[in-house]
Parts: sequence; C-alpha cells; structure tokens
Amino acid sequence: MPFPLFTRFLLAGLTALCLLLGSALPAWAEFSLPPLPYAVDALEPAIDATTMTIHHDRHHGAYVANLNGQIQANPSLADLNLNDLQAKISQFPVAVRNNGGGHWNHSLFWTLLAPAGQGGSPSQDLIAAIDRDFGSMQAMRTQFEQAATTRFGSGWAWLIRKPDGSLAITSTANQDNPLMDIPGIERGVPLLALDVWEHAYYLKYQNRRPDYIQAWWPLVNWQEVNHRYAIATSGR
Amino acid sequence: MAHTLPALPYDLDALEPHISRATLEFHHGKHHAAYVTNLNNLISGTELENSGLEEIIVAVAGDAGKAGIFNNAAQVWNHSFYWQCIKPAGGGAPSGALLDKINADLGSFEAFVEQFKAAGATQFGSGWAWLVLDNGSLKVTKTPNADLPLAHGQTALLTMDVWEHAYYLDYQNRRPDYMTTFLEKLVNWDFVAANLAAA
Repeated sequence: MPFPLFTRFLLAGLTALCLLLGSALPAWAEFSLPPLPYAVDALEPAIDATTMTIHHDRHHGAYVANLNGQIQANPSLADLNLNDLQAKISQFPVAVRNNGGGHWNHSLFWTLLAPAGQGGSPSQDLIAAIDRDFGSMQAMRTQFEQAATTRFGSGWAWLIRKPDGSLAITSTANQDNPLMDIPGIERGVPLLALDVWEHAYYLKYQNRRPDYIQAWWPLVNWQEVNHRYAIATSGR
Repeated sequence: MAHTLPALPYDLDALEPHISRATLEFHHGKHHAAYVTNLNNLISGTELENSGLEEIIVAVAGDAGKAGIFNNAAQVWNHSFYWQCIKPAGGGAPSGALLDKINADLGSFEAFVEQFKAAGATQFGSGWAWLVLDNGSLKVTKTPNADLPLAHGQTALLTMDVWEHAYYLDYQNRRPDYMTTFLEKLVNWDFVAANLAAA
C-alpha cells in the first residue's frame, strides 16, 4: 500500500473535485476581458492612461466578471455568444442586461478608438450614406454631439445603420445598446459609439462633457467604422 | 422667481479626506450650479416662472415633454438636500426617536446599513439612495438619475448621491468604499432626525 488510507481518501476526493470543476469551468469562464488593442497611454493627451487603465481593467473587467457570475443562474448564457445575447437580452434578468451590455459596449468602444492620426478617414461609401441621410458629415457630427451631450445621467451615443439601410443617430441609457430587444430603443447596427458615463471622462474633464466629446473626434478609428458599415450593408 | 445656488453649509475642505475639496468644488460649484442655471433658463417666460422648487417638481413629474425641467429642478432639490445630509465628523449611528423608528420599521440599524448600501450599489448608472418616510413607515429606496421621493408621495429623510461625479475623483470605480465612508464618517444624523420630527 503506497499511501496511508487517509491520503488515499484525500486523493480520491481531489480527483472527484477536479472532475466536477472540469465539467463546470468552461461555462463559468465563458466571457473574457479583451486586451486593449493599443497601449494605455496611446490615446494621450485626449484620454489619459489612468482613465484608460481604470476604465478597461476595473469597469469593463467588472462587467465581464459580473456577467460570468450570472451564468450559473442563467445556464442558456453559456450557449450564446456576446453578440447574439444582445438581441435576446429581454429574456434575461436585468443584471445580465446591465453586465452583458457593459461587456459588449466596451468591447466595441475600444476598437473604435485609435491614436490620433492613425484612424484613417471615412470611406466613400460611408460618406455617401452620411450625406444622403444627414445632409453632410458636419450635420452628422452635430447630431451625434447633441445626442452625447443631452443623454442625461449615464449612457452612450451611437451612429447606427437601421434595418431599412438608413443611418441614424441615437442614444441609450446606462449600458443598453441598439442591438437590444428592449422597447424604446431605436434598433440598428452600431457603427460608431461614444461612452458618456462620467467614468469615461471625469478624471480629466470633470463636468466638461462637451470638451471630452470634442477631444474624442480625432481618436475615431474610421477604418473600423468603414469595416462595420461594409459588413452591415453586405448583409453578412 | 429665480432659483439660486445655496451656499455649502461647511467649507470646501471641511469633509477632507473623505470627500476632497476638488470634488466639492466641481460638485457644488459646477454640477449643482449648472442645474440651477438650466432650471432658470428652462422656466423663464413659462407658467412655472414664479413657482417654488417643489411646486415645479410636482407639476412636471411624469410629463415626458417636460423632462428637462424635471431633471434640473429635481437635481437642484437633490443636491441642496444632499449637502445637509453630510457634515464634518459625522457618521456613526443615530439615537433617540430616529433609532427607535429604524429598529421598529427596518429591524435594526445594521439592517438599515445593509439595505442602504445595497440600494446604492444596485442603482445602476446614475442616481440616489434614500431613507424615506412612506405612509408613516421608514423605507430604504433608490432612484435613477434625477428622480426623487417627492415624485412618489414620499418624504425624504436622508440621501446619498451615487452619480459617479459624487465620488469619482476620490474613489474612482470603488463606489462601495465611498458608501462605507459616507455612513461611517459623514452622515449628519441630526439633520435626518429633524426631518423625521418635522414629517
């Protein structure tokens, strides 16, 4: 007998525990925090490294952790990817809506930012659609700024492509987004997004949300916006 | 009647280190002040121009077409009330009739603390946690954005601002730390007791 009896019981128990955890772990670990696609100081001075670190690691990280914390009580979450979850969000408790929205919104937001001068410019197709639906790029910007400035409390401003193919500006409260099947939300495919929760700008801009919005425009990753518009119009 | 920004009932640095001078400068001098300015601009030339603050809030509550007036009027009221709910060397536990009422209606002071922190933690996005008197009983509630007990027929006794601007410079994402500090170091229980006595 290589091990005393007590140790053999201990080993058997550990093996059983590992098997149990092994079957459950994939579901618990379903959603993960994507790394930022650039350094935390890459958007300086418009968005400072401290803000980026707290915003990504703590706020976005908490949405991911809290969403994963909902999987046990809502097992069907494990069968949905984050994108598909948004369109079925009304079937879940509000904690899934808040944290699932927070995870999706922030994951998108990071990709729509680029260091100043590296985001490219709007494609001819996108410019044509903006001219068609807003009159001009400047008119679209003005409407977007209006939506971002007047969203009372916490939320997001969006440029979306609606199901009929037209572009529109909208805003949502808290961590809602235009993919969600929630009454009152103007639905469409988000092309451009701006976080106007105070945590997105308060360390640097405090009460001056309009200054944050102006400083943000040069950081827009138009290459990603163009890409999203191309995919949305192709129907893929 | 033009609405005015009330002075803080203490110095800007009186709540240090729990709430910094910088936070109070922005929170009172910019946020609260902007709500006052916006309200005066929005009611200028309207039938509400000469109305009192609470009269305005009750008149426009629930009217989607007057959300701007409601938001700014309610935020003027909320902040004026909030400043009085905190003081230097506050916090701890209440006593006397207020404590008796908390024990009777909420079970215990510890139960109140737990409920009040839960209300603040679960008010997703921007808003307020409250201790209110509702039909003669104490209740812990939460409201989003500018919403307040007056719009629900309740009497406010205590509030805690959980908009991020109330604590972000000092606590960033750590809202629970702000809430603990609020209860342990800042609450002006004399003000809360006076509100209960007057209700």
